[in-house]
Amino acid sequence: MSYAIRAEGLVKKYGDFTALDGVDLEVPAGKVVGVLGPNGAGKTTTVRILATLMRPDAGHATIGGHDIVKDAVKVRQLIGLTGQFASVDETLTGTENLVLIGRLLGLSRRDAKGRAVQLLEQFSLTDAARKPIATFSGGMRRRLDLAASLVGRPRVLFLDEPTTGLDPHARQEVWEVVRNLVADGSTVLLTTQYLEEADQLADSITVFDKGRKVAEGRPGELKRRVGGQVLQVRPTVATDVPLVSQMLAELSGHSPAEDSGVLTVPVDDPLLVAAVARRLDGAGITADELGLRLPSLDEVFLALTGHTPTVKDTEPAAA
Amino acid sequence: MSAQTIAAPVAAPTVELTGRITFAQTVSHSLALAGRGFMKFMKSPIQLVDVILTPIISLLMFVYLFGEAMGGGNTDAYIELVVPGVMVMAVFQASVGIGASLAADASTGIFDRFRSMPIARSAPLIGAVLADIVRYVACLVTLVVLALVMGYRFGTNPVAWLGASALLIGFALAFSWMSVYLGMLIKNPTSVQGLMTILILPLTFASNVFMKETEMAGWLQAWSDVNPVSLVAEAVRGLLNGGPVAHGLYGSLIWMAAVVAVFFPLAMRAYRKSGPRPAVQVPSARSSSHRSASWREYAAPLS
Repeated sequence: MSYAIRAEGLVKKYGDFTALDGVDLEVPAGKVVGVLGPNGAGKTTTVRILATLMRPDAGHATIGGHDIVKDAVKVRQLIGLTGQFASVDETLTGTENLVLIGRLLGLSRRDAKGRAVQLLEQFSLTDAARKPIATFSGGMRRRLDLAASLVGRPRVLFLDEPTTGLDPHARQEVWEVVRNLVADGSTVLLTTQYLEEADQLADSITVFDKGRKVAEGRPGELKRRVGGQVLQVRPTVATDVPLVSQMLAELSGHSPAEDSGVLTVPVDDPLLVAAVARRLDGAGITADELGLRLPSLDEVFLALTGHTPTVKDTEPAAA
Repeated sequence: MSAQTIAAPVAAPTVELTGRITFAQTVSHSLALAGRGFMKFMKSPIQLVDVILTPIISLLMFVYLFGEAMGGGNTDAYIELVVPGVMVMAVFQASVGIGASLAADASTGIFDRFRSMPIARSAPLIGAVLADIVRYVACLVTLVVLALVMGYRFGTNPVAWLGASALLIGFALAFSWMSVYLGMLIKNPTSVQGLMTILILPLTFASNVFMKETEMAGWLQAWSDVNPVSLVAEAVRGLLNGGPVAHGLYGSLIWMAAVVAVFFPLAMRAYRKSGPRPAVQVPSARSSSHRSASWREYAAPLS
């Protein structure tokens, strides 16, 4: 299998703080890998190293077979980067920004203009082509940022938290763009704090924590690895929550977690669902929601990194 | 934004992997980025207001406020002394603005974009430095018009005037690398501006811009003799009023070369290392940022 991105033992320190502590990464060509983790996990540092913005203190990496330190210029000819910070010029228009990038990449004035028009059309920014970026909405800016990183038709694209700070609608727009890129054969490395985003877009997910890779796999694999199904119950009447919580504790032997009227408890015995249903019925309590589900990626992440209490350990807040 | 429309163009790579940047490419990238800066000035000419107003105020102040005292009562003679000097001072002041504007650029992701592209590393800085020629030209044109109105008359020919303009702009371009370096190092626009203003004070005031060196105290005269501002002013005076040029010109050129030789590499080194380093540096200190909040918000239902 050919790898678009391959990194071994990347280390980066800022003074005493170890941002990356020996990270390996392999991304097959044409795939999307999601790098997931909280602030300070080392996601951005990884992207900055792979995109040749900084050098690793130890370890090495290649993009399309080219070393990121020794062959940095070749790597830069292969990659596109959209960072967390706006990388377009506020005072210039959408077209001017894209034409500038095209000119820098060696396109003729005419070709650069053509490419800009093409990208603006693809990113539904044609109407905004003549307006300064300062007038753009957050979603439009991010799309233009993405467009700017695509002017050179990169084979490997780095997206560092591409939807952070965007509203749900704008986030959907960016997801759509990424999906289209992938359909197209580009390799994408995407960092995100949104588990849903990684779940939606990535072929595989790598979980970072404190500069280390703590897990990787397909979204489904990760969910399974954390194991156990959970039972969720939402009593129709909110005042029944304490009583139902007590029942669940008795039947399952675990303290249920409560959030916004939904009780969650780990399931050890498949018969638990039926038992809970009977008890509720017997007590004359109705539930709007009663069912089994696999843990969400939120729970997967928390279980893997252990930063915050997992569902199993959480005491019911309102019991 | 459908899959069909996006499919074709993005897939095929167009760039030939050469692995190096030639000198010709460096020049062309720098010029393209200078064009970016130039366009920005054209879009918001308000950015030129400082380089137009400062020299007006300086010239009026020195001629009418201090001119009586310093020029020994002869305003016309003083104008002849002070106009070339104020030109030097004004382009020098205009040249320090670049550090602040580059520091502001550095706080966005625009340099990350440039650094991740196969372009000459120095191009974004060289481009920005060259774009400021617009500021120097605006500044000099303003001064010439005002000086003529105030009664200043050129004593030489247009070739010498062009030479003087070239020297003034060259001086500003060379010395702006000090500001570029500070901008890349400090990354705080306000601090850079403040620091540079302090730095240029002893250079401009302890010079022959406002008074003849013969009227200075001995130690001040010694400093003024080697002060680049004095040397450039001397050459510009020679080129505009008539008189000796060589000593001032050679001294200026040596200074310019030395400043570029020292500050260009320093600025490039600071630029390579610069760039927004996000939460990664001090993870706990940023817990109130929106990015951190988005994570909390997402995890909240579980706790």
